[in-house]
Amino acid sequence: MSEESKYLLEVNDLNTSFFTDAGEVKAVNGISFKLEPGKTLGIVGESGSGKSVSAYSIMQILAETGRVTGGEVKFRGENILNYSEKQMQKFRGEKISIIFQDPMTSLNPVFTVGYQLEEAVLLHTNKTKEEAKKRAIEMLTLVGVNEPESRVKQYPHELSGGMRQRVMIAMALCCEPDVLIADEPTTALDVTIQAQILELMQDLQKKLGMAIIMVTHDLGVIASMCDEIMVMYGGRVCERGTADDIFYRPAHEYTKGLLRSIPRHDNMNEKLVPIGGTPINLLNMPEGCAFCPRCDAAMKICLTEKPDEIQIGDGHTAACWMNIKEAFEAQEV
Amino acid sequence: MSEKETKNLLEVSHLKQYFPVSQGLHKVPLKAVDDISFAIRPGETLGLVGESGCGKTTVGRTLLRLYEPTAGKITFDGEVLFDSGEQYDENDKLIVDATGRPIYGKKVNKDMLPYRKEMQMVFQDPYSSLNPRMTVEDIIGEPLDVHKLYSSKAERRDKILSLMELVGLNAEHAMRYAHEFSGGQRQRIGIARALAVDPKFIVCDEAVSALDVSIQAQVVNMFEELQEKLGVAYLFIAHDLLVVHHISDRIAVMYLGRMMEIADADELNNNPMHPYTLSLLSAVPIPDPETARKSSRIVLEGDVPSPLHMPSGCPFRTRCKYATEQCAMEMPQLKDRGNGHFVACHNK
Ligand SMILES: Nc1ncnc2c1ncn2[C@@H]1O[C@H](COP(=O)(O)OP(=O)(O)OP(=O)(O)O)[C@@H](O)[C@H]1O
Ligand SMILES: Nc1ncnc2c1ncn2[C@@H]1O[C@H](COP(=O)(O)OP(=O)(O)O)[C@@H](O)[C@H]1O
Ligand code: SF4
Ligand code: SF4
Ligand SMILES: [Mg+2]
Ligand SMILES: [Mg+2]
Repeated sequence: MSEESKYLLEVNDLNTSFFTDAGEVKAVNGISFKLEPGKTLGIVGESGSGKSVSAYSIMQILAETGRVTGGEVKFRGENILNYSEKQMQKFRGEKISIIFQDPMTSLNPVFTVGYQLEEAVLLHTNKTKEEAKKRAIEMLTLVGVNEPESRVKQYPHELSGGMRQRVMIAMALCCEPDVLIADEPTTALDVTIQAQILELMQDLQKKLGMAIIMVTHDLGVIASMCDEIMVMYGGRVCERGTADDIFYRPAHEYTKGLLRSIPRHDNMNEKLVPIGGTPINLLNMPEGCAFCPRCDAAMKICLTEKPDEIQIGDGHTAACWMNIKEAFEAQEV
Repeated sequence: MSEKETKNLLEVSHLKQYFPVSQGLHKVPLKAVDDISFAIRPGETLGLVGESGCGKTTVGRTLLRLYEPTAGKITFDGEVLFDSGEQYDENDKLIVDATGRPIYGKKVNKDMLPYRKEMQMVFQDPYSSLNPRMTVEDIIGEPLDVHKLYSSKAERRDKILSLMELVGLNAEHAMRYAHEFSGGQRQRIGIARALAVDPKFIVCDEAVSALDVSIQAQVVNMFEELQEKLGVAYLFIAHDLLVVHHISDRIAVMYLGRMMEIADADELNNNPMHPYTLSLLSAVPIPDPETARKSSRIVLEGDVPSPLHMPSGCPFRTRCKYATEQCAMEMPQLKDRGNGHFVACHNK
């Protein structure tokens, strides 16, 4: 393996747009990150901030009108954006798998759970039909589905929400991918079932050593699951760091606003502080910092210049002018 | 009891809501809400939590009589609106005759129309609960029309505009259609509509659940401010326990159609007593890394049983690690453990 093998996945300056009748919707505007084996990267941000589109760009499962317009996605050093659809079909599920908020987007209602699991195994391995059957039952056992021998004969609609989520995880993991992308995997579930699924994902990560990209808007899930966190706004990374960096030393005004707007144990008797203004319109992006129209701390420079990621600490960066003293002082003259 | 009755805005006792469902050739009752009692004071927020399907929405809809209750008694503002007539002794035991049949008292079933004005509901999904082909003015004006709450067109318009201002919508939004608004704005339209008739009580069913956190904070604040201004009481149904803790004065926990625990919001969070409440709270991912590292989840095994196959005795016993023989035989009653902290458990 080559020298870049420390990272499983490297995303460099990724740009993705949708070409609609109303114009070009710039959903992802230059995001980069690196992922090591066995680690969990959390992506958090408000609805429409580009979390899912980033994930779909990596998997190359964008809608018809969507296109990656720039950047590279390297898996073990190889840019997979150059792959043909045929190569990608093999790649998906085998190297990187994705699970969705709604399990029915991955499960086919007209086939039994067992059939779908077996098909996934057959597609990616040289296993025989018999072996695939065994593997399906093994996987269901692994994800904690009880009575797997009878479950394989059931259809998705005969299972509860939590059970379907488990089946989808089983399907995503049956070929032991190196990376699992989880797009809001527990948002539709009760907290009790969410706890089961998160526990399961952490267990499987330990057992199989895979890396996880956890996409969510739930700061609680982020705080308890992730080694590194990426906060997104308007298709850009505004801050990245460890959970402690993000929660205890936030350095971007959007991150700070996000933390003030959620109920926590220490602000139960105080008013929440919402982020003012309206969510960003991607058809009409501000020239400077994307968060500027809603930022209470905005300065002149924020209107015209996009802030780059600025080093705050070891592995902690923020794309916010507040962190540059010179810029700050320049405003005061 | 009589003094309490004047203090409470809403009193619910022994409320049951069964739905007949087909099972093979038979109809069997699905016990969505089974014998629950609680009260809400004027201007108070009672949070209602529990897993999906435990009956929260059904409670809200039954209170507003969108369903005909199967049994129980509902008193609103000192007025009995519904009473199926069963009577209970001072130990809350059903009074029966020699053959075991209930001895009925007076039955009441009041026409709800005059009370619809006092009791309103705000729904979960801001995308589907408003008619996309109606303008904001018409949506908010509809309840005014139904209850004939104005004497001139000008008065109608004034009322609508002041309601819009109250919930933070611009006057120029009045002639626009619901589908042109964001989720948070639609939720505001729904709330303005509920407030149009000047209600004393609003059921908020997952009213902030579909919203992004920053928008959610705006709407939570608005609910709190409206309560301070107008003294309206809420039954606040939500699955996010941190949001419920933030907004509620007291919290009620349901499981499989039954009430498991009711207490002051801080008390319930600091000193949960029911095994189900304990696991529910421990499952909440806390947005604080330090706490997350220290705390361990009590992971509940399996799913909630189907309400059609309700366990005997305590409904939670199939997932409870404290369950004993007694739990399979007897349904524990809600008992006061002091300071208005009620718990239904034999062993805790
Ligand atoms: N009209 C109906 N006919 C038959 N069963 C019903 C009806 N309405 C609700 N139920 C059943 O009653 C139970 C309670 O439902 P309810 O909608 O109150 O749950 P909930 O706590 O609000 O759940 P969620 O959080 O998913 O909204 C469920 O088992 C549901 O399937
Ligand atoms: N098929 C599509 N056509 C046009 N715009 C799209 C499409 N899919 C997503 N978008 C836009 O891309 C932006 C980012 O979307 P998404 O990544 O799904 O957000 P989220 O962070 O909630 O997952 C949004 O503004 C969304 O409207
Ligand atoms: S760069 Fe300026 S506008 Fe953007 S978040 Fe920082 S202070 Fe606010
Ligand atoms: S009554 Fe028994 S089964 Fe029910 S919660 Fe208490 S200990 Fe558990
Ligand atoms: Mg998404
Ligand atoms: Mg509901």
